[in-house]
Amino acid sequence: MTAALSIRNLSKTYDNGFEALKGISLEVEQGDFFALLGPNGAGKSTTLGIVSSLVNKSAGEVEVFGHSLDRDKAQAKMCLGVVPQEFNFNQFEKVADIVITQAGYYGIPQAVARERAEFYLKKLGLWDKRNQVSRMLSGGMKRRLMIARALVHEPRVLILDEPTAGVDIELRRSMWSFLREINAAGTTIILTTHYLEEAESLCRNIAIIDHGRIIQNTSVRALLQQLNTETFILDIDPPQQGVPALNGYPAKLDDDHTLVVEVEKNQGLSRLFRELAEQRIEVRSMRNKANRLEELFVSLVDKNLAGEATR
Amino acid sequence: MNSRELFIAFWTIVVKEVRRFTRIWPQTLLPPAITMTLYFIIFGNLIGSRIGEMGGFDYMEYIVPGLIMMSVITNSYGNVVSSFYGTKFQRHVEEMLVSPIPNWVILSGYVIGGVARGLGVGLIVTLLSLFFTDLQVHHLFVTVFTVLLTSILFSLGGFINAVFANSFDDISIVPTFVLTPLTYLGGVFYSIELLPDFWQGVSMLNPILYMVNTFRYGILGVSDISIVFAFGMLLCFIVALFSYSLFLLQKGKGIRA
Repeated sequence: MTAALSIRNLSKTYDNGFEALKGISLEVEQGDFFALLGPNGAGKSTTLGIVSSLVNKSAGEVEVFGHSLDRDKAQAKMCLGVVPQEFNFNQFEKVADIVITQAGYYGIPQAVARERAEFYLKKLGLWDKRNQVSRMLSGGMKRRLMIARALVHEPRVLILDEPTAGVDIELRRSMWSFLREINAAGTTIILTTHYLEEAESLCRNIAIIDHGRIIQNTSVRALLQQLNTETFILDIDPPQQGVPALNGYPAKLDDDHTLVVEVEKNQGLSRLFRELAEQRIEVRSMRNKANRLEELFVSLVDKNLAGEATR
Repeated sequence: MNSRELFIAFWTIVVKEVRRFTRIWPQTLLPPAITMTLYFIIFGNLIGSRIGEMGGFDYMEYIVPGLIMMSVITNSYGNVVSSFYGTKFQRHVEEMLVSPIPNWVILSGYVIGGVARGLGVGLIVTLLSLFFTDLQVHHLFVTVFTVLLTSILFSLGGFINAVFANSFDDISIVPTFVLTPLTYLGGVFYSIELLPDFWQGVSMLNPILYMVNTFRYGILGVSDISIVFAFGMLLCFIVALFSYSLFLLQKGKGIRA
């Protein structure tokens, strides 16, 4: 089956000599929900910029559903919908006009464009604001407007560059559910995000990019299996003056009520609770120290940083 | 994209452009109407009555074609330079760059937007001039063709200026320091026959002189220069600027990293 997105040996060197991409290769399958992760300046936005024709590449090849961005540009672009990181619509235009105008750029007749604009603006909770000038919208609404605009030509691949940055939790959850819905309907979704919880919750496959190289490209499940140790934070009672003796579990006290314990994958939690119970320590609540993917991400990026230093 | 889709994309840009300048009509349509009315009153009526005839015509009759042309030039140029620079500045040029619209359609859309404003303002100024003089069109084809070519040419000029502009200052430098002096020295208010031979020769290097005179020929039937040469020059400039604009778009100058 043709890949939704195929990137081969993609390089980008900016005019100032900065090498943002060092020959990356990547494939995203049709129907996938794919995350491209990496620290700031790693090359995520440059990659997506090249795919969406906003950045000129230095070398390499990009194909969207088999259409080359060099040889069959129009067809490739027809397949793509892009939601950029920063607001890039006319702040003086009305909400509905922005969406309808975008449809026009894809050659969609007015009548169809109006129907689709209504559908997506309703879907994204912006229909009531359709006649409002876009600069009057809140940050979350502006982000949803960009999603509606990107979907109006019904692309097969939707690219979202940090779609939920600066969006409150409730809205983020509703956007997640909307993205899951359109993915289930067949749209391939590629996103970058700094919220690793978002990638873990939404995506099936993941690539981590750092210093212009792909350092990991696998499924979320396979990636999480690499995680050997998890850190748990326990709210305990009664207060403790010293760290309780927990056989095989490295632990420390953050304060007299908070115990931080490292648990290896093969150890499990039952014995930990047993040992605490034997010492008459009650666990009132428990949480992960950090998102599981976040721990893995940090360790992979740190490892790559050490590799870059020796390169 | 098939031809129908291309036309829809082109028309979308044109409608967007026309909507922009009509939405802000107090900034785009009203000022030239007021400025030109003042020109008609001060230069045409008050000073013109003391000047007498120019090129065999009443002074007011003589300057009206030049003033119409001046407003067409500045508004065609001003529309595209401010609109396309604004599009770059607010980054909504990206809406077009991610879409499958070919560059020549983007360029044509912006140029026709500039032509629409240029001709719209030209029409307003023409209607206002009727309050001050009796305007007879000597050569309808020459009049319409000249004004159309001129507005296309200056729309392209505005586009190139916008591509290179990095700040709002950059979009006012060319109109202030190049366009306005060339227009004033382009025979709007006088016949170059009044100038000494040397300055007549220098004036012949000013492209705006040819446009003003060709348009004046269309209305009054008199011109300081050859009409055929003027049309040839206009067409050559249009082809050259259109090709250069396309090259800049293709390269992504000022709009792609």
